[in-house]
This record gives sequence, C-alpha cells and structure tokens, in this order.
Amino acid sequence: MSKIYAAGIDIGSTYTKAILLDGDRNVAGKAVRRTGFKVQQAAELVFEELLKNAGVERSQVTYVGATGYGRFSVPFRHAQITELTAHAQAAVQLFPDTRTILDIGGQDIKAIKVDGQGRVKSFRLNDKCAAGTGAFLEKTARYLGLTTQDIGPYAIRSTNPKAISSVCAVFAESEVINHLANGVPAEDIMMGAMISLGGRAIQLMRRVGLEPGYMLTGGMTHNVAMIKALEQALKAPFNVAPDGLGQLNGAYGAAYLGLRRAQKLIAEGKPIPPTAAQLGGGESTSKPIRRWSALGATRNRYEIRDSGAPTTAQFTISKRAPDLTAAA
Amino acid sequence: MKYFGGVDVGSTQTKAVILNEEGKLVGRALLDMETSMVTIAQDAFDKALADAGLKAEDITRIGSTGYGRYNVTFGHQQVTEISCHARGAVYLFPNTRTVIDIGGQDTKAIAVKPDGQVADFTMNDKCAAGTGRFLGAASYALELSLGELGALALKSQNPVRITTTCTVFAESEIISHLAKGILPEDVLMGVHQAITARCISLARRVGVNAEVTFTGGVSRNIAMVKLIEQEIGMPLNVSPDAHFCGALGAALMARDYVLNGGQTAEAAAAVAA
Repeated sequence: MSKIYAAGIDIGSTYTKAILLDGDRNVAGKAVRRTGFKVQQAAELVFEELLKNAGVERSQVTYVGATGYGRFSVPFRHAQITELTAHAQAAVQLFPDTRTILDIGGQDIKAIKVDGQGRVKSFRLNDKCAAGTGAFLEKTARYLGLTTQDIGPYAIRSTNPKAISSVCAVFAESEVINHLANGVPAEDIMMGAMISLGGRAIQLMRRVGLEPGYMLTGGMTHNVAMIKALEQALKAPFNVAPDGLGQLNGAYGAAYLGLRRAQKLIAEGKPIPPTAAQLGGGESTSKPIRRWSALGATRNRYEIRDSGAPTTAQFTISKRAPDLTAAA
Repeated sequence: MKYFGGVDVGSTQTKAVILNEEGKLVGRALLDMETSMVTIAQDAFDKALADAGLKAEDITRIGSTGYGRYNVTFGHQQVTEISCHARGAVYLFPNTRTVIDIGGQDTKAIAVKPDGQVADFTMNDKCAAGTGRFLGAASYALELSLGELGALALKSQNPVRITTTCTVFAESEIISHLAKGILPEDVLMGVHQAITARCISLARRVGVNAEVTFTGGVSRNIAMVKLIEQEIGMPLNVSPDAHFCGALGAALMARDYVLNGGQTAEAAAAVAA
C-alpha cells in the first residue's frame, strides 16, 4: 500500500488539537494551539503547524476527520465525528482495557462508558456550568497569578489543601480571594480547587457506572496534581496516554477513524470523497459529508431492543448537537 | 445630635452610609472590593464619615450587613442583607411591597410587609447566573465601564439571544458573538435580557406586588430598569441612593436599636404587644 496519512483535528472550546497518523497508525506529527474566537482560522493554523511539525505536504494527507464543538468550521474536512465517538475509539486503541473514560475539557466534562470495540455504551455530559470544568481551574489559577501549565507542579506541594466550594466557579473565585486574604498558601488553595473539581468529575462518572479500566483524557492529563486528586477520589488508577496524547485523544480518534475509512475506500478501489469546502460551504453541514455519531451507535443498540421512550443519553445529546441525528 | 452608621460589605463593592437621628442620610461612600474585607470596611466607613464631616466618636451605633458583615470589626450589630434591603427599600419608598435587588454576585427578590419587615424572599444561592457578574463579563469583553452598558444596550435593534446559563461561559459567548461581527449593542441587549429573565423568574416565586423597588448596583443601569418594567408591566421605584439600600437598612436598624432604648425593633414590638 502506498504511503498515506490521515489527520484528526479536534476543535475544543479552549484548545484546538491536531494529530497526523501514517498508514501504520503511527503518530507522524502533533500540534496544539488556543482556539480563540476565530474557529476556522484556528483550524487552518493548527493544520499548517501540524504539517510543518510532521514534515508532510498538504497533498500527502489523504483524509481529514474533524471533531470537537468547532468541527463544522474545518473547511478541509472529509468527515465530522462527534467527540464521544472519537474519544471512545481512541481510548480503546491506546488502552484496550478501557471501559470508562473521563474527559475534562475547557468548558465541558464527559464521562463515557465504552465496550471492547470502542463503541459508546452510555455517557453523561456537563456543559451547562463552569464548576467542574477546566475553566474553573483556569479562573482559580489566573487569580493566583499562575498559568495553566504551572498549576500541577505548584499544587502538588500542598500539605494542607483548603476546601473550595464546588457549586459555582464565580462564587469559588470569591472564596479564593477570602482564603488569600486570610493568609492561606496559594498551593493549598490550588490543590483544594483540584480536589473539588475531582469530586465533581467522579460524581459524573458514577452516573454512567464505574466499570474498571479508567482512562483520563483532555488537557488535565498534563496536570500531575489533578491526576492525583482524581485517583484519590476514585480510589483507582487512571490510564493516561504518554507523550501528550491524552490532550490529543479526540483528535487521535478522528484521525484513526479517518485512516480506517480511507484505507477501506482505497482497498475497494473507490475514490476519496470531496472535502466540505469542495462541496461548497465550509461552514455548512451539507449532507454528503460523512458523519460518525455516538447517537447512531447508541440507537442501533438500544432503540431496536426497546422501541419505547428515547434513552436519557439520546435526549442529552440531541439537545446539544443536532448534527447527530444522521446515523453512521 | 446622634449619628448612626451602616456598612454593607458586598461581593464586589462595599457601601457605607451615615444617618442622623431623624433618619436623614448625611454621608455615603462606595468602594470597589479589595483582597481584605476588614480594611475595606474601615476605609469605606472613614470615607462616609469624611463625607458627612463627622468623626468616629460622633457615631452612636454601627450596623453591618452583606456577605462580609462579620469582617466589620467596629460594627455593633450584624443583620442579614435580606432584612436590610427590605428596611432600606421601605425607607426610600414607603409603599414598597416587593424589592428586587441585583448585586455583583447575587440576585434577590423580597416580599415586604408595610412596616418594612420581610414576608418572604428568594435568592440565587447556587450559581452566579443572572447576577451583576453577567454585566461584568460583558463590560470586560467590550472594554466598556459598567456605567456605559445600559445606554448602549438601548440602541439595539436586533438583540442576540445569549444561550448559556453559566456566567463563565457567557463571557466566551459574548466574545464569540463579537468576533462574528454582531454589533456590541445587540450582544449587550441580549445580556440584559438574559439577566431580566433570570431575575423575573426569581421575583415571581415571591410574587410581584406594587410598588416594586429596584435596588443594588444594577439598578443604576437604565436598560435593566426598562426591561424589568416591561416584563412586570408596572413602573419600578429607583432611587439614586438605591445602591446604598443595604447599608441604609443596616444604619436604620442601628438607629431603631438606640431609639427603642437598647432593644431590637422586634423586641420592642413584642414588649409593646
């Protein structure tokens, strides 16, 4: 088989991540940048950076899978993939024993239960409230004059973590100010915030059921103190992907699914479908674009069995992302 | 002449007032929150004294309120902000039956009895959605002062809908609307409408009865006043001193205590009955 590449672009609320896989599923390149508010521009820039890091020409990339909330803003995508599907696939590729995934993002948090084939069995999201998301830690860190990169090593020194209320990120900020005024060391405040966030995250995981084989994904995988807080709350270890792949998990899943699709098409002698831009309308959700959806998989498994009321999972996701209505 | 002080240590601003024996407002001060609630309370009180042209020893009794009321080390009595806002609102507008207070981090609706006592109240306790912080987020994103927001919002022809509930996410939503080229006034009007919706749903839980008095820092925002009036279908009482309503209530209660011969108003009423 000739050398092919597939790229995965994950446009999250805070960071945009990209990964390039070669035909043997090896990582050929990675790139991460802040999303900012021009989502399409972020997609272009991260892709250019990815190609540069990998030393690969644009024309050598056969297939691009896009995921994350900004996936419709990637004009050069061949397919869009929901975050849940991408995370589930990547998790099982990286750690075959994974059954429960916790993904802490900048503005949402997901608990996903998967089977051995990387299919989504059930999931819960919190995307309504900043308490319990990366934004909560980012706000706390900003108040303490820390960047998100240094909070992990900083907080891990804490000997006496100070409790921070987990109900509201805005109220928590006032609490942080009070603690500082009362002379509480910043590392104890930061660690307290992480313990509070950890508690909320584990609560969300309980709602999909705690099936051993835990994996943590998202930017928090860079944060040693957060991993410690989560493992203490769960009383079990988390699988964390090496080499920064934890943050790139969604992008990895998108690239992996894209690669599999491209190889199948080539093997069958079929052409690679056009990109969204080639179909006209980079921003549109024009129908011929291929979609993978957790909902489709969920529906196949549950709806046929009990054709009654839709599951809670379907309700949550269809409210959030109307693009999921088409089955894979 | 006896004088009374009231200090309201809020989440984002500290307010202090001085009243004379007749209950007339003779001094006021307003300071933005700093890290130490203890020093800010003292600073605000000193500034109010200076405004009234008085010294600390001229003050007979001091009441404190607000979420930092226990940090007012020189205060003689602490009263919740709910009671103080009710008392302050009835002092400003004697026919008040409902108080809507929108502060920096909380929104309250209070049903009051004719004597200024609290009949019922609701407030946001779990979440900062729909509070003044929403406007704070807009002011940060638009690089405008809080005072400029209301007038600009009223120019809106086509308000955008703010779909997030969380104040933290609203800030990103505001910025992304602006990045898409939506006019600042349309984004702002959407923010004002979101706060109005939250606050009206709170107020309906205690019942909205005439007259309605609007207090707290957000009452200085003309767009908020207009939107709430449209929503409840009646005019709002808004005083230029509405910002000081909590501090006023605290000072009035300190005054009641002394005028009742060293008893709280409730105790005096109980004795009288």
